[in-house]
Amino acid sequence: MAVELQFDKKPKILQSLTDSLLMIQRSSRHILRNTDQLLGTFFQPIMFLVLFSAVFGGAISLALPDGIGYLDFLMAGIIVQTLAFGSTTTAIAVSNDLQKGIVDRFRSLPMSNLAVLNGHVISDIFRNGISTAVMIITGLIMGFRSHAGVIEWLYIVGLLLLFTLMFSWLAAIMGVLSKSVEAVQWLSFIIVFPLTFASSAFVPTEGMNKFLKAFAENQPVTHVIEAIRALMLGTPIGNHGWMAAAWCIGILIFAVPVATILFKRRTVS
Amino acid sequence: MSEPDANDAIVVKGLRKSYKKLEVLKDVSFSVKRGTMLALLGPNGAGKSTTVKILSTLLPFNDGSVSVEGYDVATEADKVRSVIGLTGQSAAVDELLTGRENLVMMGRLYRLTKESAKARADELLEEFDLVKAADRPAKTYSGGMRRRLDLAVSLIAAPPIIFLDEPTTGLDPRSRIAMWESIRRLMERGTTILLTTQYLEEADQLADRIIVIDNGGVIAEGTAKELKSKVGKDRLELTFKNDKTLALAKAELGKAAAEVDNDHTLSVVIDDTNKDVKDILEKLSKKKIAIESLAVHKPTLDDVFLSLTGKKKQAEKAEEK
Repeated sequence: MAVELQFDKKPKILQSLTDSLLMIQRSSRHILRNTDQLLGTFFQPIMFLVLFSAVFGGAISLALPDGIGYLDFLMAGIIVQTLAFGSTTTAIAVSNDLQKGIVDRFRSLPMSNLAVLNGHVISDIFRNGISTAVMIITGLIMGFRSHAGVIEWLYIVGLLLLFTLMFSWLAAIMGVLSKSVEAVQWLSFIIVFPLTFASSAFVPTEGMNKFLKAFAENQPVTHVIEAIRALMLGTPIGNHGWMAAAWCIGILIFAVPVATILFKRRTVS
Repeated sequence: MSEPDANDAIVVKGLRKSYKKLEVLKDVSFSVKRGTMLALLGPNGAGKSTTVKILSTLLPFNDGSVSVEGYDVATEADKVRSVIGLTGQSAAVDELLTGRENLVMMGRLYRLTKESAKARADELLEEFDLVKAADRPAKTYSGGMRRRLDLAVSLIAAPPIIFLDEPTTGLDPRSRIAMWESIRRLMERGTTILLTTQYLEEADQLADRIIVIDNGGVIAEGTAKELKSKVGKDRLELTFKNDKTLALAKAELGKAAAEVDNDHTLSVVIDDTNKDVKDILEKLSKKKIAIESLAVHKPTLDDVFLSLTGKKKQAEKAEEK
Protein backbone atom coordinates (compact mmCIF):
# COMPACT_ATOMS: atom_id res chain seq x y z
CA MET A 1 0.00 0.00 0.00
CA ALA A 2 1.53 3.24 -1.13
CA VAL A 3 -0.77 5.72 0.53
CA GLU A 4 -0.08 6.44 4.14
CA LEU A 5 -3.38 6.66 5.92
CA GLN A 6 -4.11 9.56 8.25
CA PHE A 7 -6.98 9.29 10.68
CA ASP A 8 -9.01 12.13 12.17
CA LYS A 9 -8.53 12.36 15.89
CA LYS A 10 -11.53 14.56 16.54
CA PRO A 11 -13.62 14.26 19.73
CA LYS A 12 -16.62 11.98 19.44
CA ILE A 13 -19.22 14.75 19.22
CA LEU A 14 -17.47 16.39 16.26
CA GLN A 15 -17.12 13.03 14.58
CA SER A 16 -20.86 12.40 14.87
CA LEU A 17 -21.35 15.78 13.25
CA THR A 18 -19.03 14.81 10.39
CA ASP A 19 -20.99 11.56 10.01
CA SER A 20 -24.24 13.49 9.71
CA LEU A 21 -22.72 15.90 7.20
CA LEU A 22 -21.49 12.98 5.11
CA MET A 23 -24.95 11.42 5.21
CA ILE A 24 -26.56 14.73 4.23
CA GLN A 25 -24.17 14.93 1.29
CA ARG A 26 -25.10 11.36 0.35
CA SER A 27 -28.87 11.92 0.52
CA SER A 28 -28.59 15.21 -1.35
CA ARG A 29 -26.74 13.45 -4.14
CA HIS A 30 -29.55 10.90 -4.22
CA ILE A 31 -32.06 13.70 -4.67
CA LEU A 32 -30.08 15.30 -7.49
CA ARG A 33 -29.57 11.98 -9.29
CA ASN A 34 -33.08 10.67 -8.96
CA THR A 35 -34.32 12.59 -11.98
CA ASP A 36 -37.90 11.27 -11.86
CA GLN A 37 -38.28 12.49 -8.31
CA LEU A 38 -36.61 15.76 -9.15
CA LEU A 39 -39.09 16.41 -11.96
CA GLY A 40 -41.86 15.78 -9.46
CA THR A 41 -40.28 18.30 -7.14
CA PHE A 42 -40.57 20.93 -9.86
CA PHE A 43 -43.82 20.14 -11.60
CA GLN A 44 -46.09 18.79 -8.91
CA PRO A 45 -46.32 22.13 -7.07
CA ILE A 46 -46.95 24.00 -10.32
CA MET A 47 -49.67 21.54 -11.31
CA PHE A 48 -51.36 21.66 -7.92
CA LEU A 49 -51.32 25.42 -7.78
CA VAL A 50 -52.70 25.87 -11.29
CA LEU A 51 -55.35 23.16 -10.95
CA PHE A 52 -56.63 24.13 -7.54
CA SER A 53 -56.86 27.81 -8.24
CA ALA A 54 -58.50 27.21 -11.61
CA VAL A 55 -60.93 24.48 -10.52
CA PHE A 56 -61.94 25.62 -7.03
CA GLY A 57 -61.15 29.32 -7.31
CA GLY A 58 -64.45 30.47 -8.78
CA ALA A 59 -66.68 28.59 -6.35
CA ILE A 60 -64.69 29.08 -3.19
CA SER A 61 -63.91 32.77 -3.59
CA LEU A 62 -67.63 33.38 -2.89
CA ALA A 63 -67.09 32.03 0.63
CA LEU A 64 -63.99 34.09 1.30
CA PRO A 65 -63.99 37.42 3.12
CA ASP A 66 -64.13 40.48 0.88
CA GLY A 67 -60.83 41.55 -0.58
CA ILE A 68 -59.15 38.14 -0.40
CA GLY A 69 -58.76 36.31 -3.70
CA TYR A 70 -58.65 32.52 -3.81
CA LEU A 71 -55.03 32.41 -4.99
CA ASP A 72 -53.92 34.48 -1.99
CA PHE A 73 -55.96 32.21 0.30
CA LEU A 74 -54.64 29.05 -1.38
CA MET A 75 -50.90 29.81 -1.27
CA ALA A 76 -50.37 28.97 2.41
CA GLY A 77 -52.47 25.82 2.19
CA ILE A 78 -50.89 24.45 -0.93
CA ILE A 79 -47.35 25.11 0.30
CA VAL A 80 -48.02 23.26 3.55
CA GLN A 81 -49.74 20.41 1.71
CA THR A 82 -46.88 20.04 -0.74
CA LEU A 83 -44.35 20.00 2.10
CA ALA A 84 -46.33 17.32 3.93
CA PHE A 85 -46.50 15.13 0.82
CA GLY A 86 -42.87 15.88 -0.03
CA SER A 87 -41.69 14.71 3.37
CA THR A 88 -42.83 11.20 2.59
CA THR A 89 -39.77 10.83 0.37
CA THR A 90 -37.85 10.59 3.64
CA ALA A 91 -39.93 7.53 4.42
CA ILE A 92 -39.17 6.02 1.01
CA ALA A 93 -35.46 6.75 1.33
CA VAL A 94 -35.27 5.18 4.81
CA SER A 95 -37.22 2.13 3.68
CA ASN A 96 -34.97 1.74 0.62
CA ASP A 97 -31.82 1.88 2.72
CA LEU A 98 -33.14 -0.75 5.09
CA GLN A 99 -33.97 -3.12 2.27
CA LYS A 100 -30.81 -2.76 0.22
CA GLY A 101 -28.36 -3.75 2.94
CA ILE A 102 -26.49 -0.45 2.88
CA VAL A 103 -27.55 0.13 6.48
CA ASP A 104 -25.68 -3.03 7.47
CA ARG A 105 -22.58 -1.64 5.82
CA PHE A 106 -22.96 1.61 7.75
CA ARG A 107 -23.47 -0.28 10.97
CA SER A 108 -20.25 -2.19 10.46
CA LEU A 109 -18.41 1.16 10.38
CA PRO A 110 -17.34 3.14 13.45
CA MET A 111 -19.95 5.82 12.75
CA SER A 112 -22.97 7.37 14.48
CA ASN A 113 -26.15 5.39 13.81
CA LEU A 114 -28.35 8.44 13.91
CA ALA A 115 -26.43 10.00 11.01
CA VAL A 116 -28.30 7.95 8.38
CA LEU A 117 -31.69 9.33 9.47
CA ASN A 118 -30.28 12.84 9.89
CA GLY A 119 -29.01 12.70 6.32
CA HIS A 120 -32.39 11.85 4.85
CA VAL A 121 -34.34 14.30 7.00
CA ILE A 122 -32.06 17.27 6.40
CA SER A 123 -31.64 16.70 2.67
CA ASP A 124 -35.42 16.47 2.45
CA ILE A 125 -35.52 20.03 3.72
CA PHE A 126 -33.39 21.12 0.76
CA ARG A 127 -35.71 19.39 -1.66
CA ASN A 128 -38.78 20.85 -0.01
CA GLY A 129 -37.12 24.26 -0.14
CA ILE A 130 -36.90 23.92 -3.92
CA SER A 131 -40.58 22.93 -4.15
CA THR A 132 -41.60 25.89 -2.03
CA ALA A 133 -39.57 28.35 -4.07
CA VAL A 134 -41.05 26.97 -7.30
CA MET A 135 -44.53 27.35 -5.87
CA ILE A 136 -44.04 30.91 -4.69
CA ILE A 137 -42.57 31.97 -8.04
CA THR A 138 -45.44 30.30 -9.89
CA GLY A 139 -47.88 31.98 -7.54
CA LEU A 140 -46.31 35.38 -8.15
CA ILE A 141 -46.56 34.85 -11.91
CA MET A 142 -50.23 33.92 -11.49
CA GLY A 143 -50.93 37.07 -9.52
CA PHE A 144 -50.33 36.19 -5.89
CA ARG A 145 -49.39 39.22 -3.82
CA SER A 146 -48.28 39.08 -0.22
CA HIS A 147 -48.48 41.76 2.43
CA ALA A 148 -45.61 40.26 4.42
CA GLY A 149 -42.49 42.27 5.15
CA VAL A 150 -39.03 40.88 5.82
CA ILE A 151 -39.81 39.97 9.44
CA GLU A 152 -42.99 38.14 8.43
CA TRP A 153 -41.13 36.23 5.72
CA LEU A 154 -38.52 35.18 8.26
CA TYR A 155 -41.31 33.88 10.48
CA ILE A 156 -42.83 32.08 7.49
CA VAL A 157 -39.53 30.45 6.55
CA GLY A 158 -38.86 29.47 10.16
CA LEU A 159 -42.28 27.92 10.62
CA LEU A 160 -42.09 26.05 7.31
CA LEU A 161 -38.67 24.69 8.29
CA LEU A 162 -40.01 23.50 11.61
CA PHE A 163 -43.03 21.94 9.91
CA THR A 164 -40.95 20.10 7.29
CA LEU A 165 -38.55 18.88 9.94
CA MET A 166 -41.44 17.54 11.99
CA PHE A 167 -43.09 15.82 9.06
CA SER A 168 -39.82 14.31 7.85
CA TRP A 169 -39.16 12.78 11.25
CA LEU A 170 -42.67 11.35 11.28
CA ALA A 171 -41.97 10.04 7.79
CA ALA A 172 -38.74 8.48 9.07
CA ILE A 173 -40.84 6.52 11.57
CA MET A 174 -43.12 5.37 8.75
CA GLY A 175 -40.08 4.35 6.73
CA VAL A 176 -38.65 2.29 9.56
CA LEU A 177 -42.00 0.60 10.29
CA SER A 178 -42.81 -0.28 6.69
CA LYS A 179 -41.76 -3.59 5.26
CA SER A 180 -41.62 -2.33 1.68
CA VAL A 181 -41.59 0.86 -0.36
CA GLU A 182 -45.17 0.13 -1.48
CA ALA A 183 -46.24 -0.01 2.15
CA VAL A 184 -44.60 3.37 2.73
CA GLN A 185 -46.57 4.85 -0.11
CA TRP A 186 -50.01 3.84 1.11
CA LEU A 187 -49.17 4.41 4.75
CA SER A 188 -48.05 7.97 4.15
CA PHE A 189 -51.04 8.51 1.88
CA ILE A 190 -53.59 7.57 4.53
CA ILE A 191 -51.85 9.77 7.09
CA VAL A 192 -50.97 12.81 5.02
CA PHE A 193 -54.13 13.00 2.91
CA PRO A 194 -56.67 13.40 5.75
CA LEU A 195 -54.39 15.72 7.69
CA THR A 196 -53.96 18.11 4.78
CA PHE A 197 -57.49 17.93 3.32
CA ALA A 198 -59.38 18.01 6.61
CA SER A 199 -57.84 21.40 7.27
CA SER A 200 -58.21 24.95 6.10
CA ALA A 201 -55.72 24.35 3.28
CA PHE A 202 -58.17 24.64 0.37
CA VAL A 203 -61.47 25.82 1.82
CA PRO A 204 -62.52 27.84 4.88
CA THR A 205 -63.64 25.49 7.65
CA GLU A 206 -66.98 27.30 8.08
CA GLY A 207 -68.78 25.09 5.61
CA MET A 208 -67.70 21.76 7.16
CA ASN A 209 -69.99 19.67 9.38
CA LYS A 210 -69.65 19.98 13.16
CA PHE A 211 -67.25 17.10 13.80
CA LEU A 212 -65.04 17.66 10.81
CA LYS A 213 -64.91 21.35 11.65
CA ALA A 214 -63.87 20.65 15.23
CA PHE A 215 -61.11 18.36 13.99
CA ALA A 216 -60.00 20.63 11.17
CA GLU A 217 -59.78 23.72 13.34
CA ASN A 218 -57.72 22.11 16.07
CA GLN A 219 -55.29 19.89 14.24
CA PRO A 220 -51.67 20.98 13.81
CA VAL A 221 -51.69 21.32 10.03
CA THR A 222 -54.48 23.91 10.19
CA HIS A 223 -52.61 25.91 12.81
CA VAL A 224 -49.54 25.99 10.59
CA ILE A 225 -51.59 26.96 7.53
CA GLU A 226 -53.54 29.66 9.38
CA ALA A 227 -50.35 31.12 10.87
CA ILE A 228 -48.64 31.30 7.49
CA ARG A 229 -51.76 32.63 5.77
CA ALA A 230 -52.07 35.39 8.36
CA LEU A 231 -48.40 36.28 7.99
CA MET A 232 -48.69 36.36 4.19
CA LEU A 233 -51.92 38.30 4.03
CA GLY A 234 -51.32 40.59 6.98
CA THR A 235 -54.48 39.43 8.76
CA PRO A 236 -54.63 38.84 12.55
CA ILE A 237 -52.67 35.70 13.44
CA GLY A 238 -54.45 34.98 16.75
CA ASN A 239 -52.98 32.04 18.63
CA HIS A 240 -52.16 30.10 15.46
CA GLY A 241 -48.47 31.03 15.49
CA TRP A 242 -47.84 29.75 18.97
CA MET A 243 -50.03 26.72 18.54
CA ALA A 244 -48.30 25.80 15.28
CA ALA A 245 -44.84 26.10 16.82
CA ALA A 246 -45.89 24.21 19.95
CA TRP A 247 -47.39 21.33 17.92
CA CYS A 248 -44.32 21.04 15.70
CA ILE A 249 -41.86 21.11 18.59
CA GLY A 250 -44.00 18.72 20.63
CA ILE A 251 -44.21 16.19 17.81
CA LEU A 252 -40.47 16.55 17.13
CA ILE A 253 -39.67 15.79 20.78
CA PHE A 254 -41.69 12.60 20.36
CA ALA A 255 -40.68 11.64 16.82
CA VAL A 256 -36.88 12.01 16.91
CA PRO A 257 -36.22 9.54 19.75
CA VAL A 258 -38.95 7.16 18.57
CA ALA A 259 -37.54 7.07 15.03
CA THR A 260 -34.02 6.55 16.39
CA ILE A 261 -35.02 3.72 18.72
CA LEU A 262 -37.14 1.98 16.09
CA PHE A 263 -34.34 2.34 13.54
CA LYS A 264 -31.86 0.72 15.90
CA ARG A 265 -34.29 -2.05 16.77
CA ARG A 266 -35.14 -2.74 13.13
CA THR A 267 -31.51 -2.95 12.08
CA VAL A 268 -30.41 -5.25 14.87
CA SER A 269 -32.78 -8.14 14.22
CA MET B 1 -10.89 -19.87 30.58
CA SER B 2 -7.73 -20.80 28.76
CA GLU B 3 -5.01 -18.26 28.10
CA PRO B 4 -5.83 -16.31 24.90
CA ASP B 5 -3.31 -16.86 22.13
CA ALA B 6 -1.76 -13.54 21.04
CA ASN B 7 -1.55 -14.87 17.51
CA ASP B 8 -5.30 -15.26 17.21
CA ALA B 9 -7.03 -12.35 15.49
CA ILE B 10 -10.49 -13.84 15.99
CA VAL B 11 -11.58 -16.07 18.85
CA VAL B 12 -15.12 -17.46 19.05
CA LYS B 13 -16.13 -19.60 22.01
CA GLY B 14 -19.40 -21.40 22.62
CA LEU B 15 -21.37 -19.04 20.38
CA ARG B 16 -25.13 -19.50 20.47
CA LYS B 17 -27.80 -17.56 18.66
CA SER B 18 -31.55 -18.08 18.48
CA TYR B 19 -34.26 -16.19 16.66
CA LYS B 20 -37.23 -16.63 18.97
CA LYS B 21 -37.41 -20.42 19.27
CA LEU B 22 -35.30 -21.26 16.25
CA GLU B 23 -31.73 -22.10 17.20
CA VAL B 24 -29.47 -20.87 14.41
CA LEU B 25 -26.06 -21.37 16.03
CA LYS B 26 -25.52 -24.12 18.57
CA ASP B 27 -22.21 -23.88 20.37
CA VAL B 28 -19.88 -22.68 17.61
CA SER B 29 -16.20 -22.30 18.53
CA PHE B 30 -13.22 -21.50 16.35
CA SER B 31 -10.27 -19.18 16.08
CA VAL B 32 -8.41 -17.54 13.22
CA LYS B 33 -4.68 -16.95 13.41
CA ARG B 34 -3.45 -13.51 12.48
CA GLY B 35 -2.61 -13.25 8.80
CA THR B 36 -4.41 -16.42 7.75
CA MET B 37 -7.68 -17.21 6.04
CA LEU B 38 -10.37 -19.37 7.55
CA ALA B 39 -13.24 -20.52 5.36
CA LEU B 40 -16.67 -21.18 6.83
CA LEU B 41 -18.12 -23.74 4.49
CA GLY B 42 -21.72 -24.79 4.56
CA PRO B 43 -25.00 -24.97 2.65
CA ASN B 44 -27.60 -22.22 2.61
CA GLY B 45 -29.09 -21.72 6.04
CA ALA B 46 -26.20 -23.40 7.87
CA GLY B 47 -25.52 -20.26 9.92
CA LYS B 48 -22.58 -18.78 7.98
CA SER B 49 -24.02 -15.33 7.47
CA THR B 50 -25.36 -15.21 11.00
CA THR B 51 -21.85 -15.91 12.27
CA VAL B 52 -20.36 -13.14 10.13
CA LYS B 53 -23.05 -10.70 11.22
CA ILE B 54 -22.33 -11.44 14.86
CA LEU B 55 -18.58 -11.09 14.39
CA SER B 56 -19.01 -7.79 12.57
CA THR B 57 -21.21 -6.37 15.40
CA LEU B 58 -24.38 -6.38 13.31
CA LEU B 59 -26.24 -8.92 15.44
CA PRO B 60 -26.42 -9.58 19.17
CA PHE B 61 -26.03 -13.16 20.36
CA ASN B 62 -27.39 -15.26 23.18
CA ASP B 63 -24.40 -16.97 24.68
CA GLY B 64 -20.65 -17.42 24.31
CA SER B 65 -17.84 -14.96 23.69
CA VAL B 66 -16.45 -13.37 20.55
CA SER B 67 -13.27 -11.34 20.40
CA VAL B 68 -11.86 -9.60 17.34
CA GLU B 69 -8.32 -8.19 17.53
CA GLY B 70 -8.65 -8.55 21.28
CA TYR B 71 -11.83 -6.45 21.46
CA ASP B 72 -15.02 -7.92 22.84
CA VAL B 73 -17.71 -7.74 20.16
CA ALA B 74 -20.49 -7.39 22.74
CA THR B 75 -19.00 -4.53 24.76
CA GLU B 76 -16.48 -2.81 22.48
CA ALA B 77 -18.42 -2.68 19.22
CA ASP B 78 -16.96 0.65 18.10
CA LYS B 79 -13.39 -0.58 18.51
CA VAL B 80 -14.20 -3.77 16.62
CA ARG B 81 -15.74 -1.70 13.81
CA SER B 82 -12.56 0.30 13.35
CA VAL B 83 -10.46 -2.84 12.69
CA ILE B 84 -12.82 -4.78 10.39
CA GLY B 85 -14.04 -4.55 6.83
CA LEU B 86 -17.21 -6.30 5.70
CA THR B 87 -17.86 -7.43 2.15
CA GLY B 88 -20.46 -9.54 0.46
CA GLN B 89 -24.09 -10.35 0.77
CA SER B 90 -24.53 -8.79 4.20
CA ALA B 91 -23.18 -5.42 3.09
CA ALA B 92 -23.76 -3.22 0.08
CA VAL B 93 -22.61 -0.17 -1.81
CA ASP B 94 -24.69 2.92 -2.50
CA GLU B 95 -26.09 2.51 -6.00
CA LEU B 96 -26.78 6.15 -6.73
CA LEU B 97 -23.28 7.25 -5.76
CA THR B 98 -20.31 6.74 -8.07
CA GLY B 99 -17.60 4.24 -7.25
CA ARG B 100 -15.27 7.00 -6.16
CA GLU B 101 -17.92 8.71 -4.03
CA ASN B 102 -18.69 5.41 -2.32
CA LEU B 103 -15.03 4.88 -1.49
CA VAL B 104 -14.40 8.39 -0.21
CA MET B 105 -17.59 8.43 1.86
CA MET B 106 -16.86 5.09 3.50
CA GLY B 107 -13.27 6.15 4.10
CA ARG B 108 -14.43 9.28 5.87
CA LEU B 109 -16.86 7.22 7.95
CA TYR B 110 -13.86 5.08 8.96
CA ARG B 111 -12.43 8.38 10.28
CA LEU B 112 -9.87 8.83 7.50
CA THR B 113 -8.99 12.44 6.75
CA LYS B 114 -10.37 13.82 3.50
CA GLU B 115 -6.96 13.75 1.80
CA SER B 116 -6.24 10.19 2.91
CA ALA B 117 -9.67 8.99 1.83
CA LYS B 118 -9.26 10.52 -1.63
CA ALA B 119 -5.74 9.22 -2.16
CA ARG B 120 -6.67 5.76 -0.95
CA ALA B 121 -9.79 5.75 -3.17
CA ASP B 122 -7.60 6.46 -6.21
CA GLU B 123 -5.27 3.66 -5.22
CA LEU B 124 -8.08 1.13 -4.81
CA LEU B 125 -9.83 2.15 -8.04
CA GLU B 126 -6.54 1.42 -9.78
CA GLU B 127 -6.00 -1.88 -8.00
CA PHE B 128 -9.52 -3.15 -8.65
CA ASP B 129 -9.57 -2.05 -12.27
CA LEU B 130 -12.36 0.46 -11.77
CA VAL B 131 -10.62 3.64 -12.93
CA LYS B 132 -12.74 4.00 -16.06
CA ALA B 133 -15.97 3.44 -14.16
CA ALA B 134 -14.91 5.53 -11.16
CA ASP B 135 -17.25 8.42 -11.85
CA ARG B 136 -20.29 6.43 -12.93
CA PRO B 137 -23.07 5.58 -10.47
CA ALA B 138 -22.61 2.10 -9.03
CA LYS B 139 -26.01 1.02 -10.32
CA THR B 140 -24.55 0.99 -13.84
CA TYR B 141 -21.85 -1.53 -12.83
CA SER B 142 -21.86 -5.19 -13.84
CA GLY B 143 -22.11 -7.86 -11.14
CA GLY B 144 -18.36 -8.41 -11.08
CA MET B 145 -17.56 -4.71 -10.95
CA ARG B 146 -20.00 -4.22 -8.12
CA ARG B 147 -18.37 -6.98 -6.08
CA ARG B 148 -14.95 -5.51 -6.73
CA LEU B 149 -16.18 -2.10 -5.59
CA ASP B 150 -17.75 -3.77 -2.57
CA LEU B 151 -14.43 -5.35 -1.66
CA ALA B 152 -12.54 -2.13 -2.34
CA VAL B 153 -14.92 -0.22 -0.06
CA SER B 154 -14.25 -2.59 2.81
CA LEU B 155 -10.49 -2.10 2.30
CA ILE B 156 -10.60 1.68 2.24
CA ALA B 157 -9.13 2.11 5.72
CA ALA B 158 -6.87 -0.95 5.34
CA PRO B 159 -8.41 -2.81 8.29
CA PRO B 160 -6.36 -5.77 9.54
CA ILE B 161 -9.39 -8.09 9.45
CA ILE B 162 -11.76 -8.64 6.54
CA PHE B 163 -15.02 -10.59 6.50
CA LEU B 164 -15.90 -11.90 3.07
CA ASP B 165 -19.49 -13.09 3.13
CA GLU B 166 -20.01 -15.20 0.00
CA PRO B 167 -18.00 -12.79 -2.13
CA THR B 168 -18.48 -14.68 -5.40
CA THR B 169 -22.03 -16.02 -5.12
CA GLY B 170 -23.82 -15.31 -8.38
CA LEU B 171 -20.71 -14.26 -10.31
CA ASP B 172 -19.78 -15.71 -13.68
CA PRO B 173 -16.61 -17.86 -13.73
CA ARG B 174 -14.37 -15.12 -15.09
CA SER B 175 -15.43 -12.57 -12.50
CA ARG B 176 -15.04 -15.23 -9.84
CA ILE B 177 -11.44 -15.89 -10.80
CA ALA B 178 -10.71 -12.15 -10.88
CA MET B 179 -12.21 -11.87 -7.40
CA TRP B 180 -10.02 -14.74 -6.19
CA GLU B 181 -6.99 -12.90 -7.50
CA SER B 182 -7.93 -9.82 -5.50
CA ILE B 183 -8.46 -11.91 -2.39
CA ARG B 184 -5.06 -13.59 -2.84
CA ARG B 185 -3.35 -10.21 -3.05
CA LEU B 186 -5.08 -9.28 0.16
CA MET B 187 -3.71 -12.39 1.83
CA GLU B 188 -0.21 -11.65 0.62
CA ARG B 189 -0.35 -8.41 2.57
CA GLY B 190 -1.02 -10.25 5.78
CA THR B 191 -4.71 -9.46 6.18
CA THR B 192 -6.65 -11.84 8.40
CA ILE B 193 -9.67 -13.09 6.48
CA LEU B 194 -12.83 -14.93 7.40
CA LEU B 195 -14.50 -16.20 4.25
CA THR B 196 -17.92 -17.78 4.04
CA THR B 197 -18.78 -19.76 0.99
CA GLN B 198 -20.93 -22.56 -0.29
CA TYR B 199 -18.40 -23.33 -2.99
CA LEU B 200 -15.98 -26.05 -1.98
CA GLU B 201 -13.61 -25.10 -4.73
CA GLU B 202 -13.39 -21.59 -3.36
CA ALA B 203 -12.50 -22.77 0.12
CA ASP B 204 -10.04 -25.28 -1.33
CA GLN B 205 -8.35 -22.65 -3.50
CA LEU B 206 -8.06 -19.85 -1.00
CA ALA B 207 -8.28 -20.84 2.63
CA ASP B 208 -5.56 -21.97 5.04
CA ARG B 209 -8.09 -23.71 7.21
CA ILE B 210 -11.67 -24.76 6.70
CA ILE B 211 -14.55 -25.19 9.07
CA VAL B 212 -17.57 -27.06 7.83
CA ILE B 213 -20.80 -25.96 9.45
CA ASP B 214 -24.24 -27.40 9.04
CA ASN B 215 -27.41 -26.84 11.00
CA GLY B 216 -25.71 -24.25 13.21
CA GLY B 217 -22.86 -26.45 14.40
CA VAL B 218 -19.26 -27.12 13.43
CA ILE B 219 -19.09 -30.62 11.95
CA ALA B 220 -15.46 -30.70 10.77
CA GLU B 221 -12.35 -28.59 10.92
CA GLY B 222 -8.92 -28.72 9.33
CA THR B 223 -6.91 -27.90 6.21
CA ALA B 224 -8.37 -28.85 2.86
CA LYS B 225 -5.89 -31.74 2.75
CA GLU B 226 -6.83 -33.01 6.19
CA LEU B 227 -10.51 -32.87 5.40
CA LYS B 228 -10.03 -34.72 2.16
CA SER B 229 -7.97 -37.44 3.77
CA LYS B 230 -10.83 -38.05 6.18
CA VAL B 231 -13.01 -39.13 3.31
CA GLY B 232 -10.61 -41.45 1.61
CA LYS B 233 -7.39 -41.86 -0.30
CA ASP B 234 -6.55 -41.22 -3.90
CA ARG B 235 -7.70 -43.88 -6.33
CA LEU B 236 -6.38 -44.94 -9.69
CA GLU B 237 -9.10 -45.90 -12.12
CA LEU B 238 -8.17 -48.13 -15.03
CA THR B 239 -10.50 -48.88 -17.90
CA PHE B 240 -9.96 -51.85 -20.23
CA LYS B 241 -11.22 -52.67 -23.65
CA ASN B 242 -13.11 -55.89 -22.91
CA ASP B 243 -13.91 -58.59 -20.36
CA LYS B 244 -10.81 -60.55 -21.26
CA THR B 245 -8.24 -57.85 -20.55
CA LEU B 246 -10.22 -56.84 -17.50
CA ALA B 247 -9.99 -60.36 -16.10
CA LEU B 248 -6.26 -60.53 -16.81
CA ALA B 249 -5.62 -57.21 -15.08
CA LYS B 250 -7.74 -58.22 -12.14
CA ALA B 251 -5.74 -61.39 -11.72
CA GLU B 252 -2.48 -59.47 -11.93
CA LEU B 253 -3.40 -56.72 -9.44
CA GLY B 254 -5.09 -58.99 -6.93
CA LYS B 255 -7.31 -57.86 -4.08
CA ALA B 256 -6.25 -54.21 -4.27
CA ALA B 257 -8.32 -53.76 -7.41
CA ALA B 258 -12.08 -53.47 -7.20
CA GLU B 259 -14.34 -53.58 -10.20
CA VAL B 260 -16.56 -50.55 -10.64
CA ASP B 261 -19.46 -49.49 -12.82
CA ASN B 262 -19.54 -52.58 -15.11
CA ASP B 263 -17.72 -50.77 -17.88
CA HIS B 264 -14.47 -52.74 -17.64
CA THR B 265 -13.09 -50.39 -15.00
CA LEU B 266 -10.94 -51.25 -12.00
CA SER B 267 -10.35 -48.93 -9.07
CA VAL B 268 -7.15 -49.24 -7.02
CA VAL B 269 -6.52 -47.35 -3.79
CA ILE B 270 -3.11 -45.67 -3.85
CA ASP B 271 -1.05 -44.09 -1.09
CA ASP B 272 1.84 -42.53 -2.91
CA THR B 273 0.50 -41.39 -6.24
CA ASN B 274 3.78 -41.30 -8.20
CA LYS B 275 5.24 -44.56 -6.98
CA ASP B 276 2.06 -46.62 -6.88
CA VAL B 277 0.85 -45.58 -10.31
CA LYS B 278 4.25 -46.40 -11.77
CA ASP B 279 4.26 -49.83 -10.11
CA ILE B 280 0.79 -50.70 -11.33
CA LEU B 281 1.49 -49.60 -14.88
CA GLU B 282 4.74 -51.56 -14.94
CA LYS B 283 3.00 -54.69 -13.72
CA LEU B 284 0.39 -54.43 -16.45
CA SER B 285 2.81 -53.64 -19.24
CA LYS B 286 5.00 -56.63 -18.35
CA LYS B 287 2.00 -58.86 -19.01
CA LYS B 288 1.16 -56.80 -22.11
CA ILE B 289 -2.27 -55.94 -20.82
CA ALA B 290 -3.52 -52.92 -22.78
CA ILE B 291 -5.17 -50.09 -20.90
CA GLU B 292 -7.87 -48.12 -22.64
CA SER B 293 -7.76 -45.12 -20.30
CA LEU B 294 -6.71 -44.22 -16.81
CA ALA B 295 -7.45 -41.48 -14.31
CA VAL B 296 -6.29 -40.56 -10.82
CA HIS B 297 -9.26 -39.65 -8.70
CA LYS B 298 -8.55 -37.45 -5.69
CA PRO B 299 -11.29 -36.95 -3.11
CA THR B 300 -12.72 -33.45 -3.51
CA LEU B 301 -14.14 -31.24 -0.84
CA ASP B 302 -17.48 -32.12 -2.38
CA ASP B 303 -16.92 -35.68 -1.25
CA VAL B 304 -16.00 -34.40 2.20
CA PHE B 305 -18.92 -32.12 2.40
CA LEU B 306 -21.49 -34.56 1.18
CA SER B 307 -20.29 -37.36 3.38
CA LEU B 308 -20.21 -35.06 6.41
CA THR B 309 -23.59 -33.54 5.89
CA GLY B 310 -25.13 -36.87 5.02
CA LYS B 311 -26.67 -35.59 1.89
CA LYS B 312 -24.69 -37.67 -0.51
CA LYS B 313 -27.56 -39.81 -1.61
CA GLN B 314 -29.83 -36.86 -2.24
CA ALA B 315 -27.16 -35.13 -4.25
CA GLU B 316 -26.53 -38.21 -6.36
CA LYS B 317 -30.19 -38.54 -7.05
CA ALA B 318 -30.38 -34.92 -8.08
CA GLU B 319 -27.46 -35.44 -10.43
CA GLU B 320 -29.11 -38.38 -12.16
CA LYS B 321 -32.06 -36.19 -13.08
